Formats: sequence, structure tokens, C-alpha cells
Amino acid sequence: MANASIIEVKNLTKTFNKFTAVDDISFDVKKGEIFGLLGPNGAGKSTILRMLSTLARPTKGTATIGGHDIVKDDTEVRKLIGIVSEKMIMYNRLTAKENLWFFGSLFNIPKDVLTKRVDELLELVQLTQWKNAQVGTFSTGMRQRMNVVRALLNMPQVLFLDEPTLGLDPQSSVEIREFIKKLNRENGATVVITTHMMVDADLLCDRIAIIDHGKIEALDTSANLKKIISGADTTIIKLSIPNLSSVLIENLQALKCADAVTQENSTELKILVHGDEAFDNIIDAIRANGGKISSMENLQPTLEDVFLHITGHQVRDSADQKIPMAHRHFGEAPRRVR
Amino acid sequence: MGAKTLLSHSFRIAWKDLTELFRNRLGLVLLIVMPLFMMVMVGFIYPSNGTVNNLQVGLVNEDSGFNNLNASQSFIMGLQAINNQTHMLIISNVSSVADIRDMVQRGDLEGGIIIPSNFSTSIMTGQQGTLIIVSDESNPQISATIQGVLKTVFDEMGTAVAQQKVQALNVTNTLAVVKPFNVQTQGIVSGNPTYFDFIAPGIMAMTVMMSVMTGLPVAISQEKEVGTMDGMMVAPINRLSIILGKALGQTARGLIQGIIILVLAVGLFGVAIQGSILLVFGLLLLGVFAFVGLGIVITSFTKDQETAQMLMMTLMFPMMFLSGVFFPIQQMPWYMQDISKILPLTYASDALRKVMVLGAGVPQISTDLIVLIVFGVVMIAIAVPVFRRMMTR
Repeated sequence: MANASIIEVKNLTKTFNKFTAVDDISFDVKKGEIFGLLGPNGAGKSTILRMLSTLARPTKGTATIGGHDIVKDDTEVRKLIGIVSEKMIMYNRLTAKENLWFFGSLFNIPKDVLTKRVDELLELVQLTQWKNAQVGTFSTGMRQRMNVVRALLNMPQVLFLDEPTLGLDPQSSVEIREFIKKLNRENGATVVITTHMMVDADLLCDRIAIIDHGKIEALDTSANLKKIISGADTTIIKLSIPNLSSVLIENLQALKCADAVTQENSTELKILVHGDEAFDNIIDAIRANGGKISSMENLQPTLEDVFLHITGHQVRDSADQKIPMAHRHFGEAPRRVR
Repeated sequence: MGAKTLLSHSFRIAWKDLTELFRNRLGLVLLIVMPLFMMVMVGFIYPSNGTVNNLQVGLVNEDSGFNNLNASQSFIMGLQAINNQTHMLIISNVSSVADIRDMVQRGDLEGGIIIPSNFSTSIMTGQQGTLIIVSDESNPQISATIQGVLKTVFDEMGTAVAQQKVQALNVTNTLAVVKPFNVQTQGIVSGNPTYFDFIAPGIMAMTVMMSVMTGLPVAISQEKEVGTMDGMMVAPINRLSIILGKALGQTARGLIQGIIILVLAVGLFGVAIQGSILLVFGLLLLGVFAFVGLGIVITSFTKDQETAQMLMMTLMFPMMFLSGVFFPIQQMPWYMQDISKILPLTYASDALRKVMVLGAGVPQISTDLIVLIVFGVVMIAIAVPVFRRMMTR
């Protein structure tokens, strides 16, 4: 049953007052795959995860995990899943061991099994020597490792990870990524991961759903998503222009052949272009504005470019502007003064 | 899921909450210091038994005498003789009524006695001798005390004078003629309860209430905010276990504080417990139970810890003052009495007081018990669905 679906999502919708956080989405996750939800903050990824892990009720639509409805059979669903939240689920004043013991004891695991499992899990993330220290004294990396193994106490068939590498240094991020891969490979656990980090999605996920404004804009493997760009006769060019000006950028953006223009730094531009005469048009436009081209390069598409191509904006842009984004999206929703 | 699993999960959660509490050293110290402050404050600032000493009083003698006889002299001597025994007053001679007013205004005196010019004349011609007490209206309490003290003194002196006169009529028990009625006060338990005895049970009930009402927002809202609540919510446990566990943890915390107060009250302030100590514990437990439901309802309705705590404070203050903890309910106007009758703390402190001061048993406090149980049950009945709804939004 290699290709059987373990998660089936149908028309899942979640609205908060007038704001639609998740807008009528449907997808399946196959057993044993690593499935990524990629999108900027506020795109609705976390809300999808919270609904699937029974922490929030859908406004409309249904979803099943292992055949159990997430609303009607929530207790059965909870037995199958583990969740690594963006927030650290642990008590600072309890030791590492006590934390795992407490959460494990809520799963009706026999005492001897749980004792063994807690030790194994602590060993797995190299925290054995700190097992009797209060987790409040741990470093961020240690805490994140604790946060991940906590979700593994019940040997979940489906593991949900909400931004697992957020705020981690590059080395810890690599460790966590390797760990997730290992879990998936060795235990056969299905992993659903949300992230706004392109690297995470690209390196980890078998399939990626690009989410923007509560909708799935594209869903495929990383390689196939990148083909969207190459297949659509779109080319990515990087230009070095020493005397770059904002007027020049505006004029380039106005060009028909340019899908998106992003400024990389004070002299470099990245442009997604399409059409046969794209290069000529771009070069003409730069010359007409008095720009000097010092170098020009043809780039391989990255997931970032795919996101840009599909949504028309960068993941980073909206991630940094969470609040304005939300407001734009709120539309006519009343302003609330808190 | 069986009741056994439900309870075992609640115990786990309560145990976890208490472990966190005991690991928080400063919090633990405050847990003991707060009731200690409360006790010391009310124990020492309130006077016990109206023992007022050394009140400054000015005496103006304007008596002009009658046929070389001066009744005021013997009156003053008598006054001083009584005061030497009681030391209630410090009497100083003042030349005029105007001086008394001046000295009261300057704060040198707290009251005055005026013997009018016709004092001797009145007494010698078979009329009543009038004495005037000057009081300081800016300080009603001291003024009332002085009036009380002086009236008692004058009364005693009057009685002595009357006894002398009646003795001339050859009566065996002169006091029976002069003062036919003798009044004695007797409490229903032995001993002499102080204001502190009155207030200690109320403080106990109040501290337990405060402990639960301030502990719950932290126990629930904080876990919600930090995200640890999600860890419990994704476990396949009954939602009821979480509420029960939280309630159990807070009950233990409240009970610990109640016991600290009890020990302090008995050990440090000599409060005597007339009734059963077991019943006192039982009442503390019942008090906690009554407030847990209320605490959960309030916490569920508020979005964050800060709002929850503000709402708790808003509710706690009127409860503190309207529940007869510090002032007897009977002193309040009727509409305030009506409000106090709907507050659970009123019944908790009333029952505790009856047991601790009057040695009452279960039958005597049955009304209080019923009200507290009903209140607690109703609140829990509201709390459970409200809490469930809040949890899965």
C-alpha cells in the first residue's frame, strides 16, 4: 500500500470573523511521504496544521487521518499524530525527563515501555546527560530538539511540524532536517511540515504545496514545480547594473515581457522574463534609461522563483510584512481597537 | 474512556502543576509571605477590645461655689481617684472654655470637661449638677470614646453620691435602690474573643479565594499563551481531565495557603478554634471548590492572562469588602447586605467563623454548606462546556 493516502483533505475552510484563513482547500498526503506546506507567514499554513491536529475546528469541509474524521473521531486521530508546534511545548521548571514523562503518561503507554522510550528518545537527540536538568536552562537548539522528541512519544504515524527550523542557527537547522529525514526513512512516519524557508522545502519534501492567501496555488514535487518555470518559456536573468536607479526598476517592471523584477542588492536585479524578444526588450529599456550593464547571467530556477512566478511576490516580502498583508486581506473587515 | 483513566490523567496534570509551583522558589516564599502579611496587618492595626489609654483632656473649673462650700473640688478629687486606677485620661487644668477650643484645634487636647459656674449652687439647692463634655468633631472615633469614658466615670461618681444620700434613709442595700438593674454580658462560649478572632476565619476564607482566583488564570491562560496547552490537547485524553487536573492543583495550592493561615492564627495570634478542626479543613476545601468553577468560567471567557487577572481583581475587591470579612454585614445598608448575600465568600467566611469562634457543628452551618455546594456545582456545570468550547476554537 505504498501509494495509499493517509491524510485526505476535502474543501477545508476556516474563517475567523470575516477573515478567511484557509479557503476551501483539498489535498491528499500519501503514506510515508514528507509533505511540505510552503508559504509566507499568515498564508494559512499553521491553521491547516492546527485543524489537522484537532486543535482547531474547521468552519467547513472535512479531513480524515488514517480514515478517522478529525472532528468526529478526534480521540482516534490524536492517537495517530504527533505535533511539533512553532511554540515550544514544554514546562521550563520540569526536567527533560519529567517533561517527556508527563506528556507520555497522557497517552496510556505502559509504564515500563514509557520509561524505556523516554531514555531512547533522549539518547536519540543527545540529551541524555542533561535529562535531570530543568529545560528552562537549555539552549534554543536543545529546546527545539526536546520539542521534536516530545511529539514522538506515542510513535506517531503522522508527524506535523510547524516551522521546525524557525529561529535556529544553520547548524541546528541541518541537524533537525537530518533528524526528520531519518525518522521518515527508519520509522516510515508520514511527515507534514510547514515552512517559509525555501531550503527546508527543497531539501526535505517529497511534494510541496505552495500556499498563499489560504489557497493552494500549486502542488507537486520540487523538480516538477521548477519545470513550471522552464516549461512556461520563462527565463531568469541576473543583471549587474552599477548605476541602478529606482526609475529604471519601475520602467523595467512596466515591461510586458517582465513577470517580476526584484532587487537583490544595490547593483543587482533578478528578472523573470518570457517571450522570444525578452532579452532585447530588457536591454533596450536599460539603455534607454541610461543604465550600464556590467554582467548578465542566466539562472537555474529555484523554489523561490517558482513562488515568485506563481504568486507574483516573494515569500520574504510578505513574511516581513505580516501585518500589512493581513490588513489587505481583511478587506472590509471592521477595524478593531484592542 | 473509564473514570479511572480520567482521574489518573487529572492527577498527572495536578502533579505537574504542583511540581512547577514547588520549583518556583520565589513563588513559594510569596505563597507563605502573602497570608503572613495579611494576618500581621489585620492582627496588629486593629485595636483589641477598645483599650484606649492616656487621652489628653482639659478641665475647666468655673464653679463659683455656694456659701463657701465647693462641690466641684470633691468632684475633681473623685474623678482623679478613678482615673488613677484606669489611666484612661490625662487631665490637665485649663483656664477657660476658649482655651480648650484653641488647644483642641492645635491638637494638644482630644477633649475637655467644663464644670459650669452654678455647679455647687445647683447641687446644694437640690437640683441636678450639670457637667459639659467638649468633644473634637474632627475625630469621631476618639470623641465617642472620650464621651463613653467620661459618662462611665460620671455615672460611677453619681452613683457613689446617691448611695451616700440614700444611706441616710437606713436602707441595707443602697445600690439596689440607686441602681435597681445590674447588667452582665455573657458569650455562648467561654473566653474573651477579640476582634482578631472575628477576623481570622474571614481572612482564611479570603486567602483561599484569592489563591484560587489568581492561580487559575496563570494555570490555564499562561499555558494557552505559551502553547503548552496544545501539548495536552493533542493527547487522546478527555477534556474533563484537564479541567479536573487544573482544579485539583489549584485546590491543593489554596488549601496549603489556608493551612498556613490557620497555623499562623493559632500559633502567632492565639486564635482559639472552638469547633472541630476537621470541619475547618472541610470548609476550606469546600470554599476552594466553590471558587474553582468561577475561576475557570472567567478564565475561559477571557483571551489572555492579563485580562483574566484584571477581571479576577475586579471581582475580588467587592467580595473582600462585602462578604463580612472585615466589617459585620449587619452594619451595611440593606442594598449592600443584599449584594453580600449573593457572594459565595460571605457563606464561606460565615461558616468558618461559626465553627472557629462559636464551636458550631454541621447542623448549625447547614445553610452555608448548601449554598457553597450548590454554587460550586452550578459553576462547574457552566465551566465544563465553556472551557471545552474555548479549547477548540
